[in-house]
Amino acid sequence: MNIANFKPAIVYTIYIASTPEKVWQALTSAEFSRKYFFGNAVEVDLRVGGAYIVRTPDGALHISGEVIECDPPKKLTVTFNVNWPELIERLGPTLVTYEIEQAGEAVKLTLLQSHDRPLSDDILSGGRQGWPAILSSLKSVLETGQAMTIKMAPPQRMLDALKEMGIKTPS
Amino acid sequence: MRKPEFIYVIYIETTPEKLWEALTSSEFSKRYWWNTEVKSDWKVGSPFALVMNGAPTDVGEVLEVDRPRRLSYTFHHVTSEAARRERPSKVVFNLEPYGKLVKLTLTHEDFEAGSKLLDGISKGWPAILSSLKSLLESGTALEIPVSALGIEGVS
Repeated sequence: MNIANFKPAIVYTIYIASTPEKVWQALTSAEFSRKYFFGNAVEVDLRVGGAYIVRTPDGALHISGEVIECDPPKKLTVTFNVNWPELIERLGPTLVTYEIEQAGEAVKLTLLQSHDRPLSDDILSGGRQGWPAILSSLKSVLETGQAMTIKMAPPQRMLDALKEMGIKTPS
Repeated sequence: MRKPEFIYVIYIETTPEKLWEALTSSEFSKRYWWNTEVKSDWKVGSPFALVMNGAPTDVGEVLEVDRPRRLSYTFHHVTSEAARRERPSKVVFNLEPYGKLVKLTLTHEDFEAGSKLLDGISKGWPAILSSLKSLLESGTALEIPVSALGIEGVS
């Protein structure tokens, strides 16, 4: 896949008292991700072309994609397609990149959500709502050992916009 | 095109009252904000200043005080010549209880088109608010060198 056509629509940076290796592990381990990612599990085959999957707490396939760039512990780019019927056909693929850099004694983690076409603020409201919650919780787990309990439903404006585009969302 | 603004959301395990204190107390702010003191008597219309190692870096006026829910002030950067020529922008903090957490939303808006300051604050706020979250949750702020932020012209 040619990622040159993708532009970041959402950028979120957070600093964490941790090491790049621990942040990398938190982003790529199923057991660790369950603690901060609304109970979802990340399963990733860490090589270019390897599968990237996110399962809901009941084991259902929620997000599927593949590894595009893999440079541990500095950069991971994956396709990140929510498994709702017609979504990828209507919105195109979603690309997620994590960049991990040392920043003094801390780690700077930058998340980029990119698309190959412009998407409306309604569609992007899902990522804008979700990423700060996921990454705030990730930071807390790494720093204090305690995850945050953040209950959150997808924003109604996003669900309405998806429905209007003919994308079937879970009821 | 989106209007020139910066919005940042972070969830913190604390109470709105403690977070309010952290945002408005100079003793507290020095610990997570590169030794910067937040100075004001927090009355609407009163002066506001950020003072770093004794010298003001940003000044403004308090616009809204709704403790512990909403705080806003105007923001005029005074240390760089280019930013000093820009008109003051506006900082708004919204603090919302979220279960046992607080959802903090920072909106920094009202920038001129082509603002030089917008790039700097977009890189500064995530570091400041990450450090604030660490301090409130673990008791230890982050030590982030300003040079790590990637702000143009700052090394």
